[in-house]
Amino acid sequence: MAGRTRIRIPYHPYHPYSYNTRKKGARGVLRLVVRRLLQLIPTLLGLSVLLFLWLNRLPGGPASAILGERATEAEVARINRALGLDQPLHVQYGRFLKRIVELDLGTSTQTGQPVWDEFVLRFPATVELSLAAILIAVAVGIPLGYLAARRRGGWLDVAAVSGSLVGICIPVFFLALILKGVFAVNLGLFPTFGRLTTGVDATSVTGFAVLDGVLTGEFDASWDAVMHLVLPALALSSIPLAVIVRMTRASVLEVLGEDYVRTAESKGLERRTVRGRHILRNALLPVVTAVGLLTGSLLSGAVLTESVFSFGGIGSFIRTAIDARDYPVLVGFIMFIAMVYVLINLLVDLAYSVIDPRVRVH
Amino acid sequence: MPLLDVDELTVTFGGRGRRADRGRDRDRKPTEAAGPTEAAGPAEDTSVRAAGPAGPAEDTSVRAAGPAGPAGGNAVRAVNGVSFSVDEGQVVGLVGESGCGKSVTSLALMGLLPRKGATLGGRADFEGADLLAMGPRRIRDLRGSKLAMIFQDPLSSLNPVVPIGVQVTEILKRHRGMKGEAARKEAAQLLDRVGIPDPDRRLREYPHQLSGGMRQRALIAMAVACAPRLLIADEPTTALDVTIQAQILELLKELVDQEGTALLMITHDLGVVAGLCDQVNVLYAGKVVESSGRRELFAHPTHPYTHGLLGSIPRLDAPRGEPLNPIRGSINDQIAWADGCAFAPRCDRYEMGCLTGTPELTEPREAGHQARCVNPVLATTEVPA
Amino acid sequence: MSLATTKTSKIDRLAELTAKKETSSGASLWREAFRRLRGSKMAIIGAVVIAAFVVVAIVGPWLAPYSPTAQTWRGEVLANQGEFVGARGENWFGLDHLGRDMFSRMLVGARQTLLVGVVSMLIGLVLGALVGAVSGAAATLGGRAGQRLDDVVMRVTDIMLALPSLLLAVSIAAVLGQSLTTVMIAVGVVQIPIFARLLRGSMLAQGGKDYVLAARSLGIRKRRIVLTQIMPNSLSPVIVQATLSLATAIIEAAALSYLGLGNPDPAIPEWGVMLSQAQRFFDNAPMMSMYPAVAIIITALGFTLLGEAMREALDPKLRG
Repeated sequence: MAGRTRIRIPYHPYHPYSYNTRKKGARGVLRLVVRRLLQLIPTLLGLSVLLFLWLNRLPGGPASAILGERATEAEVARINRALGLDQPLHVQYGRFLKRIVELDLGTSTQTGQPVWDEFVLRFPATVELSLAAILIAVAVGIPLGYLAARRRGGWLDVAAVSGSLVGICIPVFFLALILKGVFAVNLGLFPTFGRLTTGVDATSVTGFAVLDGVLTGEFDASWDAVMHLVLPALALSSIPLAVIVRMTRASVLEVLGEDYVRTAESKGLERRTVRGRHILRNALLPVVTAVGLLTGSLLSGAVLTESVFSFGGIGSFIRTAIDARDYPVLVGFIMFIAMVYVLINLLVDLAYSVIDPRVRVH
Repeated sequence: MPLLDVDELTVTFGGRGRRADRGRDRDRKPTEAAGPTEAAGPAEDTSVRAAGPAGPAEDTSVRAAGPAGPAGGNAVRAVNGVSFSVDEGQVVGLVGESGCGKSVTSLALMGLLPRKGATLGGRADFEGADLLAMGPRRIRDLRGSKLAMIFQDPLSSLNPVVPIGVQVTEILKRHRGMKGEAARKEAAQLLDRVGIPDPDRRLREYPHQLSGGMRQRALIAMAVACAPRLLIADEPTTALDVTIQAQILELLKELVDQEGTALLMITHDLGVVAGLCDQVNVLYAGKVVESSGRRELFAHPTHPYTHGLLGSIPRLDAPRGEPLNPIRGSINDQIAWADGCAFAPRCDRYEMGCLTGTPELTEPREAGHQARCVNPVLATTEVPA
Repeated sequence: MSLATTKTSKIDRLAELTAKKETSSGASLWREAFRRLRGSKMAIIGAVVIAAFVVVAIVGPWLAPYSPTAQTWRGEVLANQGEFVGARGENWFGLDHLGRDMFSRMLVGARQTLLVGVVSMLIGLVLGALVGAVSGAAATLGGRAGQRLDDVVMRVTDIMLALPSLLLAVSIAAVLGQSLTTVMIAVGVVQIPIFARLLRGSMLAQGGKDYVLAARSLGIRKRRIVLTQIMPNSLSPVIVQATLSLATAIIEAAALSYLGLGNPDPAIPEWGVMLSQAQRFFDNAPMMSMYPAVAIIITALGFTLLGEAMREALDPKLRG
């Protein structure tokens, strides 16, 4: 109920007209973070139970995983005792959990190194690849989706929509193979495998090859790393790209029908103001969520893409771990992925509460 | 010369080359909301092409409400030769029920109809220049500065993710070249002028934090920011509480009086017309059926539709148990204007003459009081008001 | 007399003019959706592709000119030295790395691929819908206890969704061993949380509608409301998802094969397995990968097109 008179009502915290309903700020955000991190705990606990049961169900159990299929009974029993597998399940689970909390994910049966160290070593490569892929998807997908919506029914729209439909139907590993076959093997435009050409002198600082080159001034190495990234990133970006194009298009179409866009037009604003402030700022809200979730799901595609290009990230490592039945690595990876996924969700929520004023942080 | 002179405005949706939307158009409900905005929203450069009075398409002139025939003509003529004028500082009403084409008329004048899909005909001279023939750049310059509009639903008409302040200052920056602190101060003054308490704080708030009445006030502040010559108000009070409605109307009247702004009031509410308008145009099925001064219209409604509208208002002083007098049928019961009077199926007074071609606007009662009717209501005794 | 004539002719004339437009009848959601589906190019292309695929899957084994497993031309292919045989008169699609006729293998393989798609979709659909229905019913009409149950169920699906689908499939495959059944179960299980969430969300949305309130105020039993009112109105997104998930199932199955978890039995050709075997020779014999890959893509596209067209046809926002 707006005041009918034009008397100014001084600010008073409990006055209904002047109570500032917009309370956000750093404290609210912090509370959200803490709450979401607490929510993470039951999810990870549930997951650890599942993983523990899974490990126990594995054919032959951990002993044969460690010793191989041809282990003798006595050896298995010895290992089982050494691993505490002769103890009751809940005791075993307790120890399993304790080790996970201590980030002791066991030792890789492939390399003999601690799983955690292997991840730390390979994680930057996967992050680099995933970021590059999502960057391509966002940079191409959002403008394309916007233009498709604006020219609805035009050739660009038809091309974008059918392209994205085909995009989600191409198996990622096959697309990677094609890209590699055409652009790397036949045309020789890009390297066929790895993160850096052997012999290129690169100092590792952060583990991110592109960034390292810039930091150390070895721009040749940076460029080399970029060239190695192009094809895998393109292949990996296909599904996020398709999803982003379609989401942006649908969302822009919906916003175009909104009254406030008509209001903005009725104010005679510049086209770019209408586009940026009134259309895109609203239309991209759902896209932000999608980008977050897609980033989480990229790790799945990374396993396939990295193995085609022998990229040397976690994905390649997992691929060989699957072949070698390297269970400690798989368990660690699943816990790790779940954590990453939930953290990304948290980031998305935070981003959302910042860009959409209607979402209150309680 | 009038400020705005609309001559034979026609708006046709669909028709040629819109195969993709064919099925959808046919199913469209006769609500105004299903009009142009839903179809595609305002096109990026809302260029408006005057196609001239579309002669050959006359046989497809089915109104928005009526489902077009199954085979051909999916073109829908929402506005079908509307003429009226607005003088400097005058308040003109455009009255009709939902689906009669009044909102489409206002959007056509503002150049806000989608470029694709809507074909315009006729002229609309504003300060001597035809709004319909104007290039997108020119009409964009006019909109918000000399020509402003207020919409029906204040919540959905405000951008939910942009603070009120930005939404007010952006128009000052665009048309009055103001910057930074100066624009902010002016915006605060504007909010103060439309009766929003504590404007400095409101500028930082978002639409959802304002009450319905305050949102409409904020929209009005944006519309009057550049002291427009003509303000179009499309049912500005429909979405508001009754108590707020009167306040908003009062405010509009005050602002219009202060600045000498002409106001085109689009409404279905005869109460609003009675309280505000100097001149009234009654629309039915995309055509003006009666046009007159306010007093004359209320005293002597001449077209049976207007007559029925006034007669259908329940009266407090009527004896208990007296039946209400609605107009029978709905706007869906109509025939094409080309065949006769669109109102005939709902009219108690229709005769054979009503069903042969479009009736002309005549002045059956007195000069300046036009009605489009073959068999107008002339007897004063029948007037219920 | 003359007055009467004018009056009837007046009414006739009005009737004639008003009859020009047909009044739209209130068709049911499903009938109207079907009508719109028939008018959609996407739906027609999708349906044609799917029909062709199903026909090949059924009659393929009888059409195949050669045995799909016999290594008839073994001597002509030297995979190790990069010598392959492409398309030729007797072998339309050429030979695979073991000297088997690719065309016959493609025809026979369609059946396995369809089987993988349908079975894993059904696993996901049935189990997911069951979980979703219980959760949705509990959340809408189950009171406080129901809401708690719903909370728990949704947390569990959260956990499942938090896992990359491929890894979930890999974990399942690790327990069950390497076989076509494993692939179907793995791909199906991945879909369970998706179906569950979808149906629950849809039921929750329907549960808040006025007609449910009306039914409750009429004193209709809750179980009956759920079964006769809420469920039928909540199913359309699930049906759309089922169609779309046939596409994802086929693609995911191919990916699992690529990771070495597919059917190890060479006697039964399957497109995904064929692709994963052929890709090793991609540099020398790209066409060998192309046939199964393109077949997978087109089939997946068919299901996707039909699913998307259904989604559009069923979207209440687009209804007239």
